[in-house]
Amino acid sequence: MDVLGLYNYWIVIVLMMTGFYVVISRGNLIKKVVGLNIFQTSVFILYISMGKIIGGTAPIVAPGVTVYSNPLPHVLILTAIVVGVATTALGLTLIVRIKEAFGTVEESEILQQRDDT
Amino acid sequence: MIAAHLPVLQIVVPLIAAPLCLLLRRGALAWGLALLASWAALAMSVLLLSQVLSDGPVSYALGDWAAPWGIEYRVDSINAFVLLIVSAVGAVILPYARRSVAHEIPAEQHSAFYTAFLLCLTGLLGVAITGDAFNLFVFLEISSLSSYVLIALGRDRRALTAAFQYLVMGTIGATFIVIGIGLLYMVTGTLNMADLAQRLPPLGQNRTVVVAFAFLTIGASLKLALFPLHYWLPNAYTYAPSAVTGFLAATATKVAVYILLRFFFTIFGPEFAIETLTLQHLLVPLAVIAILVCSTVAIFQDNIKRMLAYSSLAQIGYIVLGIGMASPTGLTAGIVHLFNHAMTKGGLFLALGCIFLRVGSVRLESMQGLGRTMPWTMFAFVLGGLSLIGVPLTVGFISKWYLVQAALEQDSWLLAALVLAGSLLAIIYVWRVVEVAYLRPPPAGAAAVREAPLSMLIPTWVLIGASIYFGVDTSLTVGVANKAAVMLLGGAP
Amino acid sequence: MQRHLVLRVTTKLLMPFILLFALYVQFHGDFGPGGGFQAGVIFGAGFILYALVYGIKNARLVAPDYVIRVLIAAGLLLYIGVGFAGLFLGGKFLDYNVLASDPVSGQHLGILLVELGVGVTVAATMITVFFAFAARGRDEG
Repeated sequence: MDVLGLYNYWIVIVLMMTGFYVVISRGNLIKKVVGLNIFQTSVFILYISMGKIIGGTAPIVAPGVTVYSNPLPHVLILTAIVVGVATTALGLTLIVRIKEAFGTVEESEILQQRDDT
Repeated sequence: MIAAHLPVLQIVVPLIAAPLCLLLRRGALAWGLALLASWAALAMSVLLLSQVLSDGPVSYALGDWAAPWGIEYRVDSINAFVLLIVSAVGAVILPYARRSVAHEIPAEQHSAFYTAFLLCLTGLLGVAITGDAFNLFVFLEISSLSSYVLIALGRDRRALTAAFQYLVMGTIGATFIVIGIGLLYMVTGTLNMADLAQRLPPLGQNRTVVVAFAFLTIGASLKLALFPLHYWLPNAYTYAPSAVTGFLAATATKVAVYILLRFFFTIFGPEFAIETLTLQHLLVPLAVIAILVCSTVAIFQDNIKRMLAYSSLAQIGYIVLGIGMASPTGLTAGIVHLFNHAMTKGGLFLALGCIFLRVGSVRLESMQGLGRTMPWTMFAFVLGGLSLIGVPLTVGFISKWYLVQAALEQDSWLLAALVLAGSLLAIIYVWRVVEVAYLRPPPAGAAAVREAPLSMLIPTWVLIGASIYFGVDTSLTVGVANKAAVMLLGGAP
Repeated sequence: MQRHLVLRVTTKLLMPFILLFALYVQFHGDFGPGGGFQAGVIFGAGFILYALVYGIKNARLVAPDYVIRVLIAAGLLLYIGVGFAGLFLGGKFLDYNVLASDPVSGQHLGILLVELGVGVTVAATMITVFFAFAARGRDEG
């Protein structure tokens, strides 16, 4: 089995697990958003590498070219990237408001304050 | 001409109203526009449902690009039903929202609130109507992002952390769904649901397909808050503004259940999901645990909004139990409970919003004597509670009747007993509220509490009234649910 | 940033080229790589660079909040409007073929307008996001 030939999947898996681990293990809300971004990026790479055909060019009709990469996954993931940007912006906005309301961005300290009140 | 374009207008009318709301700086104008858009959406979903019931599935090719290549909107009996639930709840909650939102949200944010509300409505309707797997993800994110905003508008500062928690969990769920869709695209080369349904069976137990199935199941389960992936839901419902809680509780999880149904039964097909991968061995135990554990946790809550949130988790358990049994009766029970629970829980949360407007708190101890000071609101609450328990003549009874029947069909006395045990637990948590509200006098020296305004009482009673009416006359709800169940199990899209 | 003369001058020199490049990416999207998303982000980045160097107050003189707010909505409305135009001209929603006398120029016109809508909304949104973060908790600096 050609393990190294599928290196793009290895990159995807490593990134995905890294991001997922950061989201789960870190108490700092900013780091959680960073983890979430890494997690989403792995999916972008999954889609982008899916559409690439080795030896194929950009899918624009030109004389003398017969092999094109599949543009659809790239277009799809452009949408997902925009969604990711929106999610990140919203997450960071919430963190700014949380910092103003609780005075901290550490999950453990926020939980403590919630118990007090 | 309009009839032919109904599927797209269903989405575009609330969508076009959203930016217009943003332009209208005055909150009252934005509210009026949102109200018009949501009523138009309701009218269109009623027309669509009647069209589907008389002529069969309706298909609409966006931009006139034919189905497997372009994005197709496809309406059949199951998603016409979900569209009706979502748009009906939206249309009922917007009249209610004006007073409630004016009370709970600063005036300068009103037009933004209605913009987000309309976007959320658009997203939920879009998830239900689309026949394209990736388009489903896009609409899901539109509805999710706007619901994070809506939750964060709650007055309590803990609304912010609840919204953030939901954002993290929701994004993971949605990303799992995209991974699943991507893997399906890899093996089949198509995103159209009907096309996927045709191309997947020949692949059999291809490993990529199985992995895609796993990702989609977990992603959808996160979104619908299936035990043990429910962690985000109680906080989000507790701290969101009252109108938002009512809307999300009645629609968001229902649409997530629809995603699950769509993927399991239409795309992968019952043979693959139930017979090959024996999904029922996963869903049924989780559903039963959700019913028992979450009902029990609900009993110990002093914040009634949180109590109802846990009760929602238990009700989701009933829905998933129905799906997990995968028989026509079980599936009918699950689908009809989508509608029934939307009406009941929507009405209950609206009643709580009325109490919050007048009393300023939804904690148990502040509800003393409300049976006398707010008789109409509390009576609505009691009727909704009876429906949660499953007393005859309410919609809760109908759902449980079919669930128990489905369990008995499979000779599973244990499941039937567990469903009834869930009802017993519901009696306890509903009774706690009734006892405090009716049997204790209003606290001495407290400010006089008036009945809620009519603009909030009427929407509350519309939903509670629906949960009584459809408990007596079940021809529409059970009829459609049964049709949808047969269609889903038949494997035909 | 008052004393960083090099930055201030370079920014001023670069601004027209950044905005022009954004417009190139926008309108060349029919024929080559490009389109509304990319163009909108480049256009927004131009404003963000200006705000970073000359201060948010000055940037807001060029792009006041209410204008940006209107632009966000206008881009989306343009997109949906093209969709409705297709519908009223007898086609399906977002059907570009019916927009002009022949399908090919209809497709051209349709995608051009839709991408313009996308570009306007994306640029306005990027600027809003930046202003919202950068101006928060500061004296409208």
